[in-house]
Amino acid sequence: MNKPLILTLAGLTKRFGEVIANDAIDLTLHQGEVLALLGENGAGKTTLMNMLFGHYTPDAGYVEIICEDGTPLRLPPGQPQAAIDARIGMVHQHFTLAENLTALDNILLGSESLLSLRRHRRAARAKIEGLMQDSGLIAPLDEKIGALSVGERQRVEILKALFHDARVLVLDEPTAVLTPQEADSLFVSLRKMVDKGLSVIFISHKLHEVLAFSDRIAVLRHGKKVGELITADADKNQIATLMVGEETALPEREACDVGDPVLELKSVTVRRENTRNSLNDVSLCVRAGEIVGVAGVSGNGQSALAQVISGLERPDQGGIAVAGKVMPAPTPKGMIKAHVGRIPEDRHHDGVVGSMTVAENLIIERLDAPDVQTRGFLRKKRIAEHAKELVQAYDVRGPGIEARAALLSGGNIQKLILARVLEQEPLVILANQPTRGLDFGAAGEVARRLMEARKRGAGVVLISEDLDEVLSLADRIVVMHDGQLIEADTRDRAAIGLLMAGQAA
Amino acid sequence: MMDMLQIFLNESFWVASLRIATPLIFGVLGALLCERAGVLNLGIEGIFVVGAMVGWMSVYAGAPLWLGVIIAAAAGGLFGLFHAILTVPLGLSQHVSGLGITLFATSVAQFLYRTILPDVSSPPRIIPFQPMDVPILSDIPFLGPVVFQQTAMTWLALIMVGVVWWVINRTPLGVALQAVGDNPDAVNAQGLSVYKLRIGAVVAGSALMALGGAFLTMSAFDAFFFGMVNGRGWICIALVIFASWRPGKALLGALLFGMFDAFQVRLQTEAGAIVPSQIFLMAPYVLSIIALVIVARKAEYPRALLHPWFKGHR
Repeated sequence: MNKPLILTLAGLTKRFGEVIANDAIDLTLHQGEVLALLGENGAGKTTLMNMLFGHYTPDAGYVEIICEDGTPLRLPPGQPQAAIDARIGMVHQHFTLAENLTALDNILLGSESLLSLRRHRRAARAKIEGLMQDSGLIAPLDEKIGALSVGERQRVEILKALFHDARVLVLDEPTAVLTPQEADSLFVSLRKMVDKGLSVIFISHKLHEVLAFSDRIAVLRHGKKVGELITADADKNQIATLMVGEETALPEREACDVGDPVLELKSVTVRRENTRNSLNDVSLCVRAGEIVGVAGVSGNGQSALAQVISGLERPDQGGIAVAGKVMPAPTPKGMIKAHVGRIPEDRHHDGVVGSMTVAENLIIERLDAPDVQTRGFLRKKRIAEHAKELVQAYDVRGPGIEARAALLSGGNIQKLILARVLEQEPLVILANQPTRGLDFGAAGEVARRLMEARKRGAGVVLISEDLDEVLSLADRIVVMHDGQLIEADTRDRAAIGLLMAGQAA
Repeated sequence: MMDMLQIFLNESFWVASLRIATPLIFGVLGALLCERAGVLNLGIEGIFVVGAMVGWMSVYAGAPLWLGVIIAAAAGGLFGLFHAILTVPLGLSQHVSGLGITLFATSVAQFLYRTILPDVSSPPRIIPFQPMDVPILSDIPFLGPVVFQQTAMTWLALIMVGVVWWVINRTPLGVALQAVGDNPDAVNAQGLSVYKLRIGAVVAGSALMALGGAFLTMSAFDAFFFGMVNGRGWICIALVIFASWRPGKALLGALLFGMFDAFQVRLQTEAGAIVPSQIFLMAPYVLSIIALVIVARKAEYPRALLHPWFKGHR
């Protein structure tokens, strides 16, 4: 590598309680280089970058940046201002933008003296407009952030970093919220800036974009750096193995007899002010023994679809039928009674009551069942036995059945929810982003359980942002865009990507 | 009916409205600053009492009036700092801390008053701010007496509306303040201190609240007595929502309330023989609840209001 060194991370270590999130990680970055930080969810990528940027204070190790005049400068730990002064910019996965301010104000935030009695925006605006020209990252500067699309918000975030003359730009999962086409145009823009000398670290768990865009790849697994390679020499399978540590063994989809329709939506329309929560004339039929994958960029109506199937939202128009029986006024209770099992998107928030015990969370959907209560009193002993069986069968690991559910890890909370739902042998299973944020093992377990339910004859609605997951699990794929469902007659990534972007293939 | 109309045409009604509105203007501006930064300050009622007592006591002990105002503001700021430390870096419940501050501040004020003046039977008096008589301007018919014969503190309140508006909308500090009440992560990512901004806003806002109290003992009346704040702080908390966290609307809300109150006093003399006076005393509060119901349903709260932020947590 003949490019000059610009950044060194040495021995960075971070512990959260018992968990070692980062274990003595070394990393270097050269000027004009794109380094991809690859790893599964929970591998410690974001933690590492948060230490670089001063959001977290490392327990050991240091960050050193080579200044423009060639002198090395060690950054004081835990101070974002120091990182900004050293011209490191970070674009977080969850945008750090104030929605009540305009894009311009968000970019300028912190760059003016707080004691100034007036704003000085003209020169700044000219500079930002210049940056937009150079990079092709165009965003409306005078609109409030609350009114911008996700793609636009991300561009504002990047412009914010560039405005501060960033020499090093860190992007945390920049494509997670973008359509494949938006992602491509983002990479084109970034490449332009890299050619002008910007150095980029980008975090991803998507192999194909890492291979397409990076110069060098560092792979993290379980908080350790397990490999580092030049992208040009890299082999896809080799990287995948580094990443997950074992052969990726997704369950094989066996042929399965498809039966009668178990869930039917007919021309369902939900009108809400926010298009994220709207559905426009959606029809869907799920039969026994099939998994229907709903692909799409999040925020296109998936949550409304999930709410309707869960009985949490009543359609303004259209009808819903479970096992051929029309549900005139669906309620959550009614849907549970009709044997619809729900695996919610936000498992911590909607899936469990964190302050209640594991045992209680396992019965919470059927408090009036005879094995749970008699004459209004809980059958504590029976509930505990029941919990013990389920925890064993579904391998829910934690401090025990009497521990608060909030103490479980994300993967174990998901197993708890699976246990609760699948134990009832539902006819219909709504799985909304069931593997998001789970490690490889837990995700595989979820996939296996869904396959099992399918084999038993359940109809599964699998809503997922992860196209690979949809492709590997679903018998049939529909794409959600702008509140509408489009049947995808193809399993071709690019064609589905176009549908996700709202363009007919 | 004609009598009612007469009330509105009488300039003394408008003078009274503005006078009644003055402490509310201070209070609602103070609450607005705190809440724009994301901190609810229910200590307001107690901070009013502290401002009223401390300002008055300073003047009674011989300080000039304006020094008394400054001491009152400082005392309010001190209680604000207490609330800020509990709710910002420590992240305790803003409701509980605020109510605690109100109980604590009220008791401390009354305790100090009794300890310093153990033997007084009727409240001692000071010479308060006098109505300013601005030459020429005071002679403008109607407007002259209403606006230009108020005391200096009413003027200060009106000026503060402009100052707070300018700071929030026209300075980098104001932009940072708005951001910290919407998304503290945005502020932190830009290298600004969430804690300093929030603590600063709560201290400044509390100082303003104390001025509302000081107005009561140093301008509206000339003595301190228990119970004189009488829920004005709580009214301000409601008025902030009515004002959608905007200084201009805050002024409007305070003036409306002042008008209700001035109106009911005058109605009492007109119709007091038939309707019990308690009904009139209730009227401004009932009306403010009704106004709130109409306005507040569409209110857009600062998104981070009531949400503590901790460094290093995400």
